[in-house]
Amino acid sequence: MDVFFAILQVATLVLILALLYRPLGDYMAHVYTSKKDLKAERGFYRIIGVDPSVEQTWKSYLRGVLAFSVVGLLFVYLLQRFQAVLPYSLGLPAVPEGLSFNTAASFVANTNWQSYSPDITMGYTVQIAGLAVQNFVSAAVGIAIAIALVRGFTRRESATIGNFWVDLTRGILRLLLPLSVVGAVVLIASGVIQNFNGFTEITTLSGGVQNLPGGPVASQEVIKNLGTNGGGFFNANAAHPFENPNAWTSLFQNVLMLMIPFSLPRTFGRMVGNHKQGYAILAVMGSIFVASLTFLTLFELNGAGTAPQLAGGAMEGKEQRFGIFASTLFGSTSTLTSTGAVNSMHDSYTALGGMMPMINMMLGEVAPGGVGSGLYGMLVLAIIAVFVGGLLVGRTPEYLGKKIGPKEIKLASLYILVTPTIVLLGTALSFAIPAIRADVESTSIWNPGVHGLSEVLYAFTSAANNNGSAFAGLTANTPWFNTALGVAMLLGRFIPIVLVLALAGSLAAQDKVPATAGTLPTHRPQFVGLLVGVTVVITALTYFPVLALGPLAEGLQ
Amino acid sequence: MSAPRSGIAHYWVALRAMLVLTVGLGVAYPLVITGIGQLALPAQANGSTETVDGEVVGSALIGQSFSDADGNPLPEWFQPRPSAAGDGYDAGASSGSNYGPENTDLIAAIEERKAQIAEFNGVDPDEIPADALTASASGLDPHISPEYALLQVDRIAATRDLPVDDVRALVEAHVQSRDLGYLGEPTVNVLQLNIALEALQA
Repeated sequence: MDVFFAILQVATLVLILALLYRPLGDYMAHVYTSKKDLKAERGFYRIIGVDPSVEQTWKSYLRGVLAFSVVGLLFVYLLQRFQAVLPYSLGLPAVPEGLSFNTAASFVANTNWQSYSPDITMGYTVQIAGLAVQNFVSAAVGIAIAIALVRGFTRRESATIGNFWVDLTRGILRLLLPLSVVGAVVLIASGVIQNFNGFTEITTLSGGVQNLPGGPVASQEVIKNLGTNGGGFFNANAAHPFENPNAWTSLFQNVLMLMIPFSLPRTFGRMVGNHKQGYAILAVMGSIFVASLTFLTLFELNGAGTAPQLAGGAMEGKEQRFGIFASTLFGSTSTLTSTGAVNSMHDSYTALGGMMPMINMMLGEVAPGGVGSGLYGMLVLAIIAVFVGGLLVGRTPEYLGKKIGPKEIKLASLYILVTPTIVLLGTALSFAIPAIRADVESTSIWNPGVHGLSEVLYAFTSAANNNGSAFAGLTANTPWFNTALGVAMLLGRFIPIVLVLALAGSLAAQDKVPATAGTLPTHRPQFVGLLVGVTVVITALTYFPVLALGPLAEGLQ
Repeated sequence: MSAPRSGIAHYWVALRAMLVLTVGLGVAYPLVITGIGQLALPAQANGSTETVDGEVVGSALIGQSFSDADGNPLPEWFQPRPSAAGDGYDAGASSGSNYGPENTDLIAAIEERKAQIAEFNGVDPDEIPADALTASASGLDPHISPEYALLQVDRIAATRDLPVDDVRALVEAHVQSRDLGYLGEPTVNVLQLNIALEALQA
């Protein structure tokens, strides 16, 4: 019976996403290819001093991305440092330097890792004017990069790949903001709070005292999910009943997280002029998603481990209104995208269950991945797959009419090396440097034994892949983790962006080569299988040894 | 006007863009949403509060303790799940325990809860459902499973000197089925149940 309800929940989610796929995907293609500017957009371009009709080379596009992100970093940093004098700060003091850096890096990099407990650290002004603004703009940056890469495939002998400021503006004004307004109202109607009340002291039914929190939660909750950001208004994130009051809002938040990433393949198909190419990418994303969700759900329902067995079920760190399935669905969605929101505590999952969110992130968050970053990550893997396919059968590697030459392969290879390097290096350094190891073991790690290693591995995996979820027992508000994870988030976000834009520039500069009998078809099930295989094999080869030291060791005891 | 070419020009554009976007997305947008919420949906926007005789006694969405000052459960109230938020149901410090599945502190806590709940309610330890033995993700879970609510019926009836069938009927009336019939799990809202229990006695 429970299995039946679980399948029905997934079926509902799939149906909603399927209904959105064409209209939303086509709409996004229109947004990023339309020649017309809205009146409000023209006004905005005038204020910021940009001519929307002028296109940029990939280097100029990149400089725009980096300048915008550096300014965003400074904004969020300074807002936190001046919190004490800002209005609606709930009497909270300035956020310390190290934590302010970590948080600014985290929100600019679309990660939303939170070394702090928002309930006792961030006032309303920092949340709405600092963090939520980055939720919008970092998401719009991600989509812009993906669109720029797609343009690389569609253009011939072009020196330019679009205008960053136009892509940024349209993503916010025509896509994220209207959807957020609608979504926020739906969330409020379903019970999510939206006020500036601060804390209200009440006398409970049995005569105790409770301080009920307030806050502009719905307006932030919607974009945190829609932009695959994930930073909670409260410490318990989407497990907090004021963020996620019932099983319906939980399903709705799944839709918000998945709607843009799963519709972008349609946008891609439309822009390259072949919808089958979009369906192939969608099939890869969808099959990995379903497989991963199935594994996590089975592990949690099975409830292996001493504590779950003793309690009669893996309900530690899960809410009764969600139960196991609405928790594993949310956890899978959140880590297969780059969201990192949680409606259950991953640290308390069964050993093998807790490994699944890590694997989801280690896959590079491409199934379907973060807004934009999922599509560009998958397209990089597609380039690798085409190359591997070419090697296997001796065919010329080309993708969508573009030759995949040494330069493209170098950029793609570097791309897939960046995050594993950061993850493994960060984890290794945490234990290899004696002074840091002592601090990590005495201050940061919460659970003893191999589970503690998993907490550190999870943290660097989450940071480098810009996810933001955690094995939250880890105390990350220390000089080492604030610095190392902050750097990991920035490098994990912006090095891949540099490589992707360079790739876009290189592809756009090429002429198209006509498909021949020697061209590997990239819209057939055979290629879907190859791409799934490449994605899984790269991840498995890279991470299997470290997984064996952490969650596998714990789960197979 | 032309697209910025030099590095410095990009920063000047970025600065102006960030200022405008902060005003639009960071001030106007949340204020508009707050306006809509407060005008059209004030009950939800302000936290779905529950009142008794005109006094707010809590939120239907936020669990609360039914314990004495020392943290001992009060037998006349339906008890919520264990909580890791502060000292228990601290609404300013939402949190799960984050204990891993092999953590000896968690194993000891579950064993202790099992013994305590069995004795408190006079039931077989094996009958106790998992939600009664585990801390929720938020520490503010307002719900328990219908099984855990029913398990407490005899104790409540005895303590309050009420007919067992009346208390059981009250619990059954407060079982919320899955959202839309199939989303999530069946629940009983502890605060709402206890408010109704108090009304039953009066």
